Amino acid sequence: MQKTFLMVDRISTFIGQFFSWLVVALTLMIGYEVFSRYVLNSPNPWVFDAMIMMYGAMFMMAGAYTLSKNGHVRGDILYGFLKPRTQAIFDLILYVVFFIPGVIALAYAGYGFAADSWRILEHSSITANGPPIYPFKTIIPLAGFILLFQGLVEIFRCVICIQQGEWPSREQDVEEVDVEKMKAMVGVDKEKSHA
Amino acid sequence: MRKELLFGFSIMALVVISTLILLPWGNIESGHMGLLMLSLVVVAIMLGFPTAFTLMGMGMIFTFIAYSFSDPSLALNNTLTLMVQRTYAVMTNDVLISIPLFVFMGYLVERANLIEKLFRALHLALVRLPGSLAIATIITCAIFATATGIVGAVVTLMGLLALPAMLKAGYDARVSAGCITAGGCLGILIPPSVLLIVYGATAGVSVVQLYAGAFFPGLMLAALYIGYVMILAKLKPKLMPPLSLEERKVPLPLSYTELGEKISQKVIPAILIALKGKRNLHVRPVELLQSLMIALLPLLVFAIFTGSIYKTVTAPIGGDDAYLELTQFGSYSSSEDEESSGGLSLPPGAEEEKPEAASAPIMSADDTKSAEAAAAKALEPRDAPMWFWVMTAIFAAMLAIYYLLLTWVRLEIFKMLLGSFFPLAILIIFVLGSIVIGLATPTEASAIGAIGGVILAAAYKQLNIRVIKESVFLTAKTGAMVCWLFVGSSIFSAAFALLGGQTLVENWVLSLGLSPMEFLILAQIIIFLLGWPLEWTEIIVIFMPIFVPLLDNFGIDPLFFGLLVALNLQTAFLSPPVAMSAFYLKGVAPPHVTLNQIFAGMLPFMGIQILAIVLLYTFPAIGLWLPEVLYR
Repeated sequence: MQKTFLMVDRISTFIGQFFSWLVVALTLMIGYEVFSRYVLNSPNPWVFDAMIMMYGAMFMMAGAYTLSKNGHVRGDILYGFLKPRTQAIFDLILYVVFFIPGVIALAYAGYGFAADSWRILEHSSITANGPPIYPFKTIIPLAGFILLFQGLVEIFRCVICIQQGEWPSREQDVEEVDVEKMKAMVGVDKEKSHA
Repeated sequence: MRKELLFGFSIMALVVISTLILLPWGNIESGHMGLLMLSLVVVAIMLGFPTAFTLMGMGMIFTFIAYSFSDPSLALNNTLTLMVQRTYAVMTNDVLISIPLFVFMGYLVERANLIEKLFRALHLALVRLPGSLAIATIITCAIFATATGIVGAVVTLMGLLALPAMLKAGYDARVSAGCITAGGCLGILIPPSVLLIVYGATAGVSVVQLYAGAFFPGLMLAALYIGYVMILAKLKPKLMPPLSLEERKVPLPLSYTELGEKISQKVIPAILIALKGKRNLHVRPVELLQSLMIALLPLLVFAIFTGSIYKTVTAPIGGDDAYLELTQFGSYSSSEDEESSGGLSLPPGAEEEKPEAASAPIMSADDTKSAEAAAAKALEPRDAPMWFWVMTAIFAAMLAIYYLLLTWVRLEIFKMLLGSFFPLAILIIFVLGSIVIGLATPTEASAIGAIGGVILAAAYKQLNIRVIKESVFLTAKTGAMVCWLFVGSSIFSAAFALLGGQTLVENWVLSLGLSPMEFLILAQIIIFLLGWPLEWTEIIVIFMPIFVPLLDNFGIDPLFFGLLVALNLQTAFLSPPVAMSAFYLKGVAPPHVTLNQIFAGMLPFMGIQILAIVLLYTFPAIGLWLPEVLYR
């Protein structure tokens, strides 16, 4: 069971991390565009569309990755103080009541939305001669689908936690506040006395 | 732990009970369903489920209910369409693009690992002030938090770095904790901050104007913190004893000590004498020249800066067509008021990374107005105006004093600042300045800032594939977190509007007959109270769509309201029991520093934050002066 969970985690993570590299592409592209406009004096109209697509694809596809690492913001006023089992009970109820219907609806509606776009091979209308936009719209059902899978795994995690009283483990990932790494950064480990 | 649970559940019960009492059970309209939904969502968020999906699910259910009121047969279809339209609108939101880019910049800057150098340099530079370590802590926090925008990381790093240093110097644990936690939060207020982008995207206010507006309130808050610490250190030296001689000592390179002892403590004469080769020294000429260069750097910057301003103010009007063109390209996605300020009021020299640059556009804007009448003779070079000479004289005098006082110790401190303070300050001012004076859109500036972050990390030899990888992945997670929250909240607020909750709230507020001032105070109190159970992201994305449409009835500028909210939400970080920064600090503090001490230390700073809100409310010009000068 745990193996299957980690497998799904890994798929979500792989997809999310793959798309997260778009931020580098986005940075470089806008950097080049600024150079091209101010120095070469030749702005490129396609950049605006490309920029939006990169950003949209990145955050949508990273949704499941973030969920698999427990990275979506939670209200923390009670949650942190509850026992794991109580946490899991609340989570389980709300996954079933809010998450599953919401994400299924999003994926289903996104499918129709993207299908319409494919049917007319829609192009962007932000700029003249905009690039095709149907692949971008396909991101919505795709992201919804992956998110749904990840959500199912999270539901099973809740069930296991209710049975066993503690959360099943997840794979390590880079964290925003990694105390050990930060200790190394400011050199606390090396010299205790010298602060 | 029971206490916290009790507190949380009682807030929840309070929300539920007050909703149940307030609802007129006899005649439920759909608007009341909206209010019910709002209170339910607050309760659901408190239960700790990922907020984005709470909002999405609840929004969907209530959208369906709202559509069922009008036409049950089409309800499902309409709901699905609304959800996907809202999601797509977030995916194509050109304001939100800068969030991942600024976040990316923040992670890179954080990993450039400047914080230790910055803290040490400031600590030595400020050693003469009362409470110097606390002041150094606040300034380090402010700068680092501004450049990175990551509250948790700043508080943790400073907890590892500054807290032990302050405790060792005999500082009171509460004061030390307060400085770190309050200072770390400044990053969400001082632009370029993500909070302001989120507010701008939610309230439909130009992010450019928000950045211009939040700049001085942010500085003011930092200055108030510093003022408080200095006064406290003067009044109660026991809390912050002066540093011992050993801690004040600046480690000098051998050559400096030698030059100082054998020739003169004053840098410039000493270098000149040594260069003539009068005495027998073990200092190589190259090293002398290097020191001379560093010592003369301020003079050089001054010369370039003054020169470019002089050129700008004396340049013939109308000669900068090319520049006009550039600014027009520069604002293809921003609002009209930027356009109306046009290229004329933005002198090309103003892009210099100096705060004084802000004064240049104003004056020259006045100039251009008077000069437009005399457009015929506009092509002649103008005389430099009086303010230019006054400014030049003031800076020249400051420079003279600087060189008179420049000793070897000060030169060494200057060098340390050069390696830590100035790179960050220049990066911030460059990114911010290019946005505020309209050279670049926030998106472009954030991308350039991210490139700046890469360069910074490379310059400090911290750049490798692992650092980039980690920054990229963290950016994706943070970006996804914020943007999915937006997806959820935009579905949610659509449901709220569909149910007529907005109209109900509006009618109710109008029926109270509040004056604008009373309304503002009420709104701020509500936001302050919401800051206890909720985080700033949730408060902005859920409650701003409700508050902002009301502003029009009272003639309140949404920009001004946004600045008040941004100041107000600082308190959300410091209010127990969810005060994020307190827990980050507790996680790295020595065991004898208790959570209660940390909370106690944060309270005076919360008081200062409230004082800052009052000040901004009383003198709106603190926030509105800069945007008005630049864009109106």
